[in-house]
Amino acid sequence: MTILKTSYNRRSFLKTTTVAGGGLMIGFSWLASCQSNPEATLTMPKEWFDINGFLKIGENGLVTIMSPNPEIGQNVKTSMPMIVAEELDVDWNNVLVEQAPLNTAIFTRQLAGGSQSIRQGWEGLRMAGAAARQMLIQAAANAWRVSADEITTEAGILIHEGSGKKAGFGEMASAAAQIPIPEEVKLKEKNDFKIIGTSRKNVDGLKIVTGKPLYGLDYKREGMLYAMVAHPPAFGLKLKSFDASQAKVMPGIKDVFTIQSYTAETNKNAFDATAFTDLVVVAGNSTWEVMNAKKALKLEWEPIKDYIDVFSGYAPGTFIEKNMPAGSESTSSHKALMAEYGIKPGKVVRKDGNPEAAFKKAVKIIERTYTAPFLAHNTMEPMNFFAHVTADKAELVGPIQTPEFLEQSVASRLGMPLDKIDIQMTRMGGGFGRRLYGHFGVEAAVISQKLNAPVKLVYTRENDMSYGIYRPSYHAYYRAGLDKDGKLVAFHVRAGGIPESPLFENRFPAGAVDNYLAESWAIDSNISIGAFRAPRSNFIAGAEQSFLDEVAEAAGKDPIQFRIDLMNRAKNNPVGENNDYDAARYAGVLELVREKSDWDKRDKKGRGVAAYFCHNSYVAHVLDLEMESGKPVVKNVTCAVDCGIVVNPIAATNLTEGGIVDGIGCALYSGLTFKDGTPEQKNFDTYRMIRHAEAPKNIDVHFVKSDVDPTGLGEPPFPPIMGALANALYKATGKRFYDQPFFANQDILG
Amino acid sequence: MATFNLTVNGKKQQVDVDPATPMLWVLRDHLNLVGTKFGCGIAACGACTIHLGDMAMRSCQLPVSQVGNMPITTIEGLSENGDHPVQKAWLELDVPQCGYCQAGQIMNASALLKANPDPSDEEIEAAMNGNICRCGTYTRIKKAIKEAAKAV
Repeated sequence: MTILKTSYNRRSFLKTTTVAGGGLMIGFSWLASCQSNPEATLTMPKEWFDINGFLKIGENGLVTIMSPNPEIGQNVKTSMPMIVAEELDVDWNNVLVEQAPLNTAIFTRQLAGGSQSIRQGWEGLRMAGAAARQMLIQAAANAWRVSADEITTEAGILIHEGSGKKAGFGEMASAAAQIPIPEEVKLKEKNDFKIIGTSRKNVDGLKIVTGKPLYGLDYKREGMLYAMVAHPPAFGLKLKSFDASQAKVMPGIKDVFTIQSYTAETNKNAFDATAFTDLVVVAGNSTWEVMNAKKALKLEWEPIKDYIDVFSGYAPGTFIEKNMPAGSESTSSHKALMAEYGIKPGKVVRKDGNPEAAFKKAVKIIERTYTAPFLAHNTMEPMNFFAHVTADKAELVGPIQTPEFLEQSVASRLGMPLDKIDIQMTRMGGGFGRRLYGHFGVEAAVISQKLNAPVKLVYTRENDMSYGIYRPSYHAYYRAGLDKDGKLVAFHVRAGGIPESPLFENRFPAGAVDNYLAESWAIDSNISIGAFRAPRSNFIAGAEQSFLDEVAEAAGKDPIQFRIDLMNRAKNNPVGENNDYDAARYAGVLELVREKSDWDKRDKKGRGVAAYFCHNSYVAHVLDLEMESGKPVVKNVTCAVDCGIVVNPIAATNLTEGGIVDGIGCALYSGLTFKDGTPEQKNFDTYRMIRHAEAPKNIDVHFVKSDVDPTGLGEPPFPPIMGALANALYKATGKRFYDQPFFANQDILG
Repeated sequence: MATFNLTVNGKKQQVDVDPATPMLWVLRDHLNLVGTKFGCGIAACGACTIHLGDMAMRSCQLPVSQVGNMPITTIEGLSENGDHPVQKAWLELDVPQCGYCQAGQIMNASALLKANPDPSDEEIEAAMNGNICRCGTYTRIKKAIKEAAKAV
């Protein structure tokens, strides 16, 4: 039994008044119908008793658990409440789930990013459930005049064996709500888990398949206006003037005006990055009318001067300022610049041993260069937000991965105190990092303030894809030296990008090679960037894993054994002290994928392997493909994952499959190019996304059995699949692929 | 502006809109049926798929003036209680991640099964290729369609 000191020994912390629930709906039932569990067997109770901020219990034993974090498709709305339910010890069928609003007094880190929701939520969620259970036990002990130690629970029932007394949680809920929050709680032994580790279906599943309103774009309010924005067509431009005379008289149009989403006075955080602050707004009665009027705007743009913006990249020292230079950038000049930087010495960020001397002694040297383009996140639900700003408060509802940051930005921009800003999170039609950057929420608030009306800001797909906040473009040069026995004696990586470097200097194979050199560089750009699913890893993993494949081949070794030998070196006799991985767990996923893919026995034609560690989880893939009519067809992916305890296997598997499909799509097809500052792809007719026929025919996901505390899966399966794919392509075609997207010129489907 | 009489999910509806208004926005803004999703506005992603008669249509490219007397079915009207075989298979296999594209996927899949109750893998891929799933649930969708085909 683990005993944890609760961080909330003050009653006020976990005990709160009822969290806002039904106050925001108009038009149709919104947050009111919180019955998210289609398997629930109990009816709605007459009364709810707030046990703590995470949960309330009805007199009939039905439990409502708040899901604290934003839901972007990573399934935390099911898996986080599962953890609470486990420690509370209730039947999952009697649990309802509600999306919690932003409430920093109760919840910590209400943010979807970095694959951290489960990892960082784990302890607090367990404590919330265990604390409530302890309060119920104390309430029963008081009622039955027995010691709390003698009371046990089972699936929502309190039991006192000695006297034979039993009571449902609902019967004790009212009394439990009066019990002080315990200062210490007992947690279950992991092998007593009944919910964690079992597959539970998405609590919003039925709503999704029946088209119930769930997403920001679905949210409505009576009297709500629709608004759209026009932003500069190219990076390096800003608004000069506009003529709205035609647009203003079109049917259904209320107003056309300009806004400044952020002013010089706004206290911006790293998630307020934007290349476009001066926007033309069209507001009216319906989306279609606003869309049409927007087309009738006559807009003039002019070049920007250099300016400083918050840096939204994920390079070390993230929260710094970034120079946004004047000028019109193009992909052709980006490529030339990156090639130039790639052969110049960069900033040395790690050096072990004597790399240059080792390279001089090496009998074989392999040098390769890898590149990848900008990517647009392209969440299926375009950016949007609802705002209703009045003189004394601001209500915002919509899809946001960083509600706490948005609240701060809106407060600063509107000049209102934080407690006058209310933010409700909707289910999101995808995140992938894009909705970390809440400029659209701030824009909606400013527009509502100007219109003095509730308003829904909606981006068109073209807005969404050409607005910026892209995955940066990256470049990596690698050099490896082998001795006469094929041993890796020197390793050199020099990586950079526009506008950030993808390098993680302390990741594998650092720590496994005596002579190691890592250099970094970056080129300023006025194209705004942001975190994209597994920032930086989403390129460097594929590059590194492709390179190691070539090195293993040059060394005459099996690519899995070659990696495992290096990991054993890092485990038994590491080079340097600062190595950001656990070599044993890393090798563990490779061993598992070797076994599950039948690696040692199967023919290697069209087969590639890769492994990577990022965001606290370890993943290895073996990918099998065949070339058909000159195109790669992925037949199978075998995947091994070590994310510690798997909270919800069916969802973890789904998320892993999704990362694999996404990675194959990005590596084979996707890319955003620029001409004179203008994105050349603005919709799905030109931006190439992976589609049904291109998805793997089969995916097998295997998890390492573990009782280590769980880590996340939104990102880790994504980066290494690009390496496995490149290596499989080589084994199928005899050709190495270095520049993503590998199959850029395939036909657009639609 | 003009008045249009529509049959949506078996119910008569009257709307007074610009004749060029795509059905997507008639459904979402005027009839409060927001299950049909906006994804691209150019019929390149499939998120807005509805049934016109038995046919899957991209509602973002279907002006209300061209609907005529054809009945329209949206995700909200595919079944009374979410128990259409395709919906059941989707739930059984826990297909959705973010879920945003799934209404369009389901509408397209149910139209496919109506026209071809026992599609091959290749036929599924060809019929579904216009529906993007950004989360990458394609392999699960295919399994769910095959599962639903057994029940249709």
